[in-house]
Amino acid sequence: MSDLTTPQGNPDGHGSAPAKLGYSPVADIPHKPRATDTDPKAARRAERQVASMFLLSMLFVVLFVVAYVAIDKTSVVYIPVMGEVGASNVALGFTMGMAILLIGTAAIQWAKKLMPDVEVVQQRHDMVSPKRATLEAEANYERGKEESGFVRFRLIRRTLIGAMVLFPIPLVVMLRDLWTPTEYTEGKSPADLLSTTLWTGGMRIVADGTYQGEHSETDSGGEITGEPVSPDDSLAHRPIRPEDLPVGGLIAAIPLDLPEVEHAEGNLNARGKAAIILVRMEPDEIRSQQGTGWDVEGILAYSKICTHVGCPIALYEQRTHHLLCPCHQSTFDLADSGNVVFGPAARRMPQLPIGVDEEGYLVALSDFEEPVGPSFWERG
Amino acid sequence: MKFLAARRRSPIVASALLVGALVTVGGAYAALGAVEPAQAALAVGAETQVEKGQQLYLEGCSSCHGLKGEGTQTGPTLVGVGAAAVDFQVSTGRMPLAAPGAQAPAKTENPYSEEDIAAMAAFVAALGPGPAIPTAEQLDYASADEAYGGELFRINCAQCHQAAGQGGALTQGKYAPSLMGSSPKTITEAMLTGPQNMPVFSDAQLPVEDKQAITSYIVGLQEASSPGGLNLGRFGPVTEGVFLVTAIFAALIAAAVWIGIKSR
Repeated sequence: MSDLTTPQGNPDGHGSAPAKLGYSPVADIPHKPRATDTDPKAARRAERQVASMFLLSMLFVVLFVVAYVAIDKTSVVYIPVMGEVGASNVALGFTMGMAILLIGTAAIQWAKKLMPDVEVVQQRHDMVSPKRATLEAEANYERGKEESGFVRFRLIRRTLIGAMVLFPIPLVVMLRDLWTPTEYTEGKSPADLLSTTLWTGGMRIVADGTYQGEHSETDSGGEITGEPVSPDDSLAHRPIRPEDLPVGGLIAAIPLDLPEVEHAEGNLNARGKAAIILVRMEPDEIRSQQGTGWDVEGILAYSKICTHVGCPIALYEQRTHHLLCPCHQSTFDLADSGNVVFGPAARRMPQLPIGVDEEGYLVALSDFEEPVGPSFWERG
Repeated sequence: MKFLAARRRSPIVASALLVGALVTVGGAYAALGAVEPAQAALAVGAETQVEKGQQLYLEGCSSCHGLKGEGTQTGPTLVGVGAAAVDFQVSTGRMPLAAPGAQAPAKTENPYSEEDIAAMAAFVAALGPGPAIPTAEQLDYASADEAYGGELFRINCAQCHQAAGQGGALTQGKYAPSLMGSSPKTITEAMLTGPQNMPVFSDAQLPVEDKQAITSYIVGLQEASSPGGLNLGRFGPVTEGVFLVTAIFAALIAAAVWIGIKSR
């Protein structure tokens, strides 16, 4: 190890003359010349290898351009192991990959075979600064303290500290802007928003994703000419009657207002809290639920958001009544108040109390009584 | 009278009386029920099919589902599951079950002919009202909206069957099967009947057009090529990650070793 720190030119028994900086050979390691060092034929061969790899790389670049121009983007080819794949993607990826791989391989081959491979030592300074420099720095600090009068001017010192302490406050205050109030969240604090959802008493439950995928106009040939009916049109979502859901059935559902709110807010925050699933079991299979009479003839509504870290769950097993989260295998028993039966979730799945309105459609009776989604500080 | 009195308590007499009473009630019911001639003729045809189905049922299914389809400890009741459930379970080889376990896997070998399956379906349908085998018209997805079907699939099916229909794990050894080999008929029947632990998606909830759209999307997945190249089973980040940390890392390590080896 001393070899690395001894100053340049100290023979230390090596007996070699002082070499150019960065070129001092390590005398103790026996150097074995390569074939390319001793045999000029081998050196020529290595040179040809490297040059032909660079040439091949150029060829692949040309092939890339040809493939880009010539191959139809939609054409599909069968390649063993890979199956049916897009011809253009595979050709472009292969030629560009080979072009860059060959440049790299040629460079390594060049370095390994033809560049000098003699072991050398690079001399370095000690990490510690010289004593003189550290003393000078210390003296500078003391002089600065003296000349600035930081100790003498008590008022200045204290007001400076006060200003420094207060300065970060604007940065903290601005964090509030991470939450943008909309007409739907007006008057609610961020803390309220964490524990409330769009559901209110009497809010109709509609099936998610059931907007009619119809187009407003078609010409005589059946070609679509008009705009598609917007998925945000809340009227297009289907309300649910209890008889629509058979025993063993499952419906992914949202509040009637959600599409409108989602559109106005331009994000999925409301959906991330309000999404529910409706399941139906025989009423005598329900062992317990979170409130008396929160079901409608065996139809139960539970949050779709896992209480562990908030994955949406709808892996419902209709015979075991288990709801499994695919992210970390938390399992909830929907026949037993949504209690956790397996996995890392710490809290049961919140249940939404539901009823039927005068037109016979399922509605929420109120918002969730427990905050939905993953835990936060105020919620154990 | 002495003869009767002596044998009144015999178990044979009790059975004979029960059979007699049943025949009398059944006969009276048949006689009183005003049956149209045409319907009666149809009923006779159906009756023989139901009888054949009953025979097959007693041989192949009753040990688990009970002599009258009432269900036992080992098998659920078949009253009200409908013809579609029988057609789905038997034609895909899930039933009869090879061995009890968490999952009823589909099998390629199926001991029953189409005629047998139709007979058993007719018998089970006669046990109680349930979904019928979907008609060709119901299954025709030619004019369905595939993109809309994709949205419905992601909301209702993808949580278990995976976004590309490759299937996935459920709890305690159960799994949702891959849909890559499923026909439009089995897809529709599965939605209608909710086989095993799959929830039921009735026509009230997903109307026929919605089911056609979903079928159209699944068929689209089955026929889709992989424009991006090697699809690694279309399982998404998990297999892609495994491929990365095994095959790709191995290649990178090999390259690093080659770079590091001293040339000779």
